[in-house]
Amino acid sequence: MKPIAVLQGLTFAASLLAALPALSQDGGTLKKIKDGGSATMGVRESSGGLSFTVGDGKFAGFHVELCQRALADVQKQLGLAKLDIKYQPVTSQNRIPLVQNGTVDIECGSTTNNAARQKDVAFAVTTYVEEVRIAVKANSGIGSIAQLNGKNVATTTGTTSVQHLRKHERATGMDFKEVFGKDHADSFLLLESGRAEAFVMDGQILAGNIAKAKNPADFKIVGEVLSVEPIAIMIRKDDPAFKKTVDDSLKALMASGEMAKIYDKWFMQPIPPANTRIGLPASEATRAAWANPNDKPMEDYAKK
Amino acid sequence: MSTWDWQVFCKDTIDGEIVSRCFGGAGDVTYLDWLFSAWGWTLSVSLLALIVALVFGSLMGILRTTPNRGLVLAGNAWTELFRNIPLLVQIFLWYHVVPALIPPLRGVPSFLLVVLGLGLFTSARISEQVKAGIQSLPRGQRMAGLAMGFTLPQTYRHVLLPMAFRIVIPPLTSEAMNIVKNSSVAFAVSISELTLFALQAQEETARGIEIYLSVTGLYFITAFALNRAFHFIEARVRVPGMIGGGH
Repeated sequence: MKPIAVLQGLTFAASLLAALPALSQDGGTLKKIKDGGSATMGVRESSGGLSFTVGDGKFAGFHVELCQRALADVQKQLGLAKLDIKYQPVTSQNRIPLVQNGTVDIECGSTTNNAARQKDVAFAVTTYVEEVRIAVKANSGIGSIAQLNGKNVATTTGTTSVQHLRKHERATGMDFKEVFGKDHADSFLLLESGRAEAFVMDGQILAGNIAKAKNPADFKIVGEVLSVEPIAIMIRKDDPAFKKTVDDSLKALMASGEMAKIYDKWFMQPIPPANTRIGLPASEATRAAWANPNDKPMEDYAKK
Repeated sequence: MSTWDWQVFCKDTIDGEIVSRCFGGAGDVTYLDWLFSAWGWTLSVSLLALIVALVFGSLMGILRTTPNRGLVLAGNAWTELFRNIPLLVQIFLWYHVVPALIPPLRGVPSFLLVVLGLGLFTSARISEQVKAGIQSLPRGQRMAGLAMGFTLPQTYRHVLLPMAFRIVIPPLTSEAMNIVKNSSVAFAVSISELTLFALQAQEETARGIEIYLSVTGLYFITAFALNRAFHFIEARVRVPGMIGGGH
């Protein structure tokens, strides 16, 4: 086990205990931030260019920067001389409970906005639209999902991609031999070592892993988009004042074109810690979300 | 969070619709079907690994008590090798590293690799217990066996092992239960067992509490059933008047 995972577990346990008295949210998140002079941002250890650690307890990424800007607007609105931002690493398993119980005020990771989650939490306007794609070895000759029939296909346990593959199998009568990696790095290793012919995952995760590979030219992202998922900043449910502040802040960035510049900084330019480039231009769908800010769940994207 | 939703197990794994009898059929798979198939994988991995562990563990444990220094060394080396490397690391070595060094192993299904990995890891622990069982017997027993004209293997077969194995049944029970719990590492090499089911199904259904509770229950039932089975064996083979068998 990585020591960081253990640490993360401990901080999670500690934060659960610490959160118990903070449960009452009568005045909403804005009041809580004003009273405490601090806000807690939920961040991910490794969510591609969206949210990741640069080591030493520091976090960065596209969504982290957006949240920092939104919190700066919150500070201005509240007239606070100083706003202390605390960073709390979260995982796919604990992010929703931690937002609900007040440990995390604003989660800036890679959370898909879907109808099931909207029952428990709220989402700011969609800032990134993820497309599930296929990564293969460049010399494999595979160009579409139809060519994966009967082949080993890697994906990561605990992600929605597993379900997309299953749905696709049912819809087309194809048969994939699914191989599950325990995390994205592991799944990529399956592709690299030849145990799997393809790795099906969110486009930016594929691009990030390829960028970090020993020889990025050996891999490419091919084929049709298997699924479209709106990724958004997550906040507590039923807190319209805080949601409006965050949304307004994001909408202003979208309207001024600043959003595209921030995207470019994290997805097209070299980023820490290793100064690699992800090299994933903003997709049509992402640009559409910036042009018409909305917080529609994933289900609305599937309909069209 | 506040309300239970056990209906989640009746949902189809593809469209999320609730199936009336909770079990799918004709190509439809519900989460309940998947849960039972995952339990099947956990049982298969654990029981086969237990067999591997008992065979190799007993053999190595016996070697470590023989008078031959070479055999003792081999048994000790085996035990220390498998005992001093973390289980998850061993599983990765079997899955990623060994096939890279020995290409023919690439075709071996990951199920067999994990059975072997888990079995050999546990064999080191069983070897230690079997050795302790044999050494707990008075030295006179071995001498008496040899003095009766038994060969060394005969002494083991008819004098030492029948008693040593009876003595170590309780720690072996713990090992058998541990194997069930340790089998959860199999998720890391793509075996669709209970832990993988839990991680995946809770993501798909957003009903983590119900999923984890049921998986916890099945682990408990499996480990406890093994406990009872060993308890039954212990009672059946008990010899009144012998060490640990007198009461």
